[in-house]
Amino acid sequence: MCAKQVKKEAQQVETTGHAWDGIEELNNPLPRWWVWVFYACIAWGIWYTIAYPAWPLLTQATQGYLGSDMREDVAAEIKRFDDANADIKAKLVAAPLTSIATDDTLKQFAVSAGASVFKNNCAQCHGSGAAGVQGKGYPNLTDNDWLWGGDVEAIHTTVSHGIRNTNDPDARYSEMPKFGLDGLLDEAQITQVVEYVLQLSGQEHDATLAAAGQTLFVDNCAACHTETGAGDRTQGAPALNDAIWLYGGDRETVTATVQGARYGVMPSWAGRLSEDEIRAVAAYVHSLGGGE
Amino acid sequence: MSTPSTNEPSLYAAREPIFPRRVKGQFRTLKWWLMAVLLGIYYITPWIRWDRGPNLPDQAVLIDMANRRFFFFMIEIWPHEFYFVAGLLIMAGLGLFLFTSAAGRVWCGYACPQTVWTDLFILVERWVEGDRNARIRLHRQKWDAEKIRKRLAKWAVWFAIAIATGGAWIFYFTDAPTLLWDLLNGTAHPIAYTTMFILAATTFAFGGFAREQMCIYACPWPRIQAAMMDEDTLTIGYREWRGEPRGKQNVPGNGDCIDCMACVNVCPMGIDIRNGQQLACITCGLCIDACNDMMDKIGKPRHLIGYLALTDETRERSGQPAKSVWSHVFRLRTIIYTSLWSLVGVALVVALFLRTEIDVNVTPVRNPQFVVLKDGSIRNTYEMRLRNKHGDDHWFAFSATTQGGEVFVLTLEGEDSLKVKVPANETRTQRLYVTAPAGSHAAISDRTEFRLWIEDLGSDTVPGTDRVHHDTVFNGKVQ
Repeated sequence: MCAKQVKKEAQQVETTGHAWDGIEELNNPLPRWWVWVFYACIAWGIWYTIAYPAWPLLTQATQGYLGSDMREDVAAEIKRFDDANADIKAKLVAAPLTSIATDDTLKQFAVSAGASVFKNNCAQCHGSGAAGVQGKGYPNLTDNDWLWGGDVEAIHTTVSHGIRNTNDPDARYSEMPKFGLDGLLDEAQITQVVEYVLQLSGQEHDATLAAAGQTLFVDNCAACHTETGAGDRTQGAPALNDAIWLYGGDRETVTATVQGARYGVMPSWAGRLSEDEIRAVAAYVHSLGGGE
Repeated sequence: MSTPSTNEPSLYAAREPIFPRRVKGQFRTLKWWLMAVLLGIYYITPWIRWDRGPNLPDQAVLIDMANRRFFFFMIEIWPHEFYFVAGLLIMAGLGLFLFTSAAGRVWCGYACPQTVWTDLFILVERWVEGDRNARIRLHRQKWDAEKIRKRLAKWAVWFAIAIATGGAWIFYFTDAPTLLWDLLNGTAHPIAYTTMFILAATTFAFGGFAREQMCIYACPWPRIQAAMMDEDTLTIGYREWRGEPRGKQNVPGNGDCIDCMACVNVCPMGIDIRNGQQLACITCGLCIDACNDMMDKIGKPRHLIGYLALTDETRERSGQPAKSVWSHVFRLRTIIYTSLWSLVGVALVVALFLRTEIDVNVTPVRNPQFVVLKDGSIRNTYEMRLRNKHGDDHWFAFSATTQGGEVFVLTLEGEDSLKVKVPANETRTQRLYVTAPAGSHAAISDRTEFRLWIEDLGSDTVPGTDRVHHDTVFNGKVQ
C-alpha cells in the first residue's frame, strides 16, 4: 500500500499462474492449524453420522448409537412444561371461581391459558376475538348481554355442560315454540307481536299494530321474556328491550324468529377439556369486557 | 503472467514462532498505559456499586438478562429502549471509521482486546522465560527439566489470567460479589462456570498461541479497514528513500538503514515493515520505538520508520517536508465523520433526557373493532402496557380528550376506579374500555381520533410528576 513491495522477490512466494489485468494470485500455503481443524471437522462429521440418525436406508434411516429421538425430545419438553404448571393448575382447580379474578398470579395464568384454550376450541363459532358471528346465532362474548348469565360461575357452567346438546343431561335447556309453523299464532297476530317487539327495543314501529301486539305478547311471550321484555336468564330467554340481537333485530328477522323459533346448540366441554382448562377459559371469557 | 515454480511448495505451513524483543520508547510507554487503563476498566467495572433504591440492583453496570434490564450508572434501559444500544453501536461504528480514516489501524494496534491480551501474555512470557534470545534458546532446547518448569510456570500464569478474564465477563451479567462467592463455594449456576471456562479457554488459546494469526486469518476488520483508508491516512511506513540502500553505516552511498533488524525483532506480528505496508501490520508503533532507539545510537535523525501517509511519501521524495500530523487528521472526511458521530451522540443524550420515568404502549383491540352494548352504546377496547421505571410502586390514572368535544366513558378491566398500581420497575398489562354513549357522534362515525392521557399519580408517599399521552382512534358503528 504505502511503499512498494521492496523485497517481494526475496520472499519467493509462488503464484498459481493466474493473472488478470496484471494482478497475480499468490499461492501462499494454508496455515497448518487450519488443516488440523479441517480434519477434526471431518472426524466429528463421521462420528456424528454414527451417533445420531443419519443415513437413509430402505425403510428408515440409521438410528445412531446414542438413541436420540426428536419425538421423545418433544414429549419430554411438553412434560417439562406440564410439570412446571402442575402446581398452579392444581391451585386453579382448588380455588373458588370468584377468587380467580382477585389473585394476580392465578388470573394471569388463567387468562393466558384460557386464551389458547379458547382459540383452539371456541373460536370456530365465537370467533378469534370472541365477538361471535353477528346475526348468525353465535353470541358475542365481549358485550354485556348474557343469555344464561355472565358471572364467572355461570360462564363455567355453560362451558362445562353446553346448551341444548343431547349428550349432557345437565346441558342448559329451553325451547321457544314455533309460533307460526305450529299454528299457535296466525300471520296477522305475528305481525302485531313483531311490531310490539320493535317498540320494546326502541325501534321504528307501527303504533296501532304494536298496541294490539302487546296483549298477544303478554299472553304468549311474557312467560319467558317477561312483560317488560327484559328476558329471563334462568330460561336463557333473551332480552328483547335492548340493542343486542343474537339473530338480528330488524322486522324481517324477528318475524322469522317468531314464525319458526331458534335452537342454538353448544357442545358440553366437561369431557373434552380438563377442569383446569374449563376454569381457565371461563376466566378468560369473563375478562373480555362483559364479565359480571 | 508468471509460471508456477517447478518445485511445488508445500500446501500447508506451520506457524513461524515469533519472539518479540523488549523495546522502550514513546509508543511502548503509551501502550503500557493504555493496557493498564483498558484492563482496569474491564476488570473493575463490575465491582462499581451504584445505589438505586431498595428494589433495584446496586451494580453500576449490569446486563440483567433475566429481568431484561440494562443498567449503566444512572441510566436504566428497558428492552423497548434498545435503540439506545443501537445508537451506541452506530457511534462505535462511526468512531472506528473516524479513527481508521485519520490514523489507520489504530484500534488494532492499541485498543483491540486481542492486542491488549496478547501484549499481556507476552509480558508474562518475558517474565518467566526471559527476553527474545533466551526465548529462542528455550524454544530450541530439548524438553528438559528447565524447559518444562518454565513452560508450566508460564502456562499457569496465562491460565490464571484467562480464568480472571472469563470470570470478569460473567460479573457483568449478575451481581458480582454474590456471584464471586457462589463461584468460590461451587454453588454458582452451571452456565456461569461454562461461560467462564469457554472464555478462559479462548483467552488462553488466542492470547497464548493463536496471537497474530487471529488478526491475519480470523479477523474481518483488517479487510474492512483497507477500504476506509486513503492517501492521507496516517499509517506506519518506512522511509525507503532515506534508508535504502541499506547496509553498513559508514560505507558511502548507503542509506540510513543499517539493517540491524531491530524493527523486525520487536514486531509482535513477525513482519518486516521495510517491505511496505501490509495486511499483517497492526500499526502498534513498536518498530518506530526500536528504530528511533537505533538511530539515536548511530547519531542519525529519528523517524526512519514513523507515522506517515501516502501523500507524505510523494512530498518527501520530491524534497519537500512532510505535512504535519494535524493536517492529516483534520480533513473534510474526518470532520464529516466527527460531525455524524457527534450528531448521533447529541441525539442520544437528548432522547435520554426527554424520556419519562413512566412509559405506555396502547394497542387498540381490533378483533372485534367495536362492541355494541345493551343500551346501544359503542365500546372499544385498548390493550395497554404500563411501565413504571421507578424503584417504588406507582399509581397511574387515565383520561381521554378529543378535539370535537366527544364525551367518552373510560373503565378499566377488573378495576372499580380509573387508577391502577404498577409495581416498581415492572410492566403491567391492562385493558381499557372506552365507551361512546348511544347515538353520540363517535358512536355512529367510522373513526374518531382521541388522545389518551396517562398520569403518574406517584407512589403512596411521593406525588408523581410525569404525564404522557397516546393518540389513538375510536371506531364507531356506522348506521
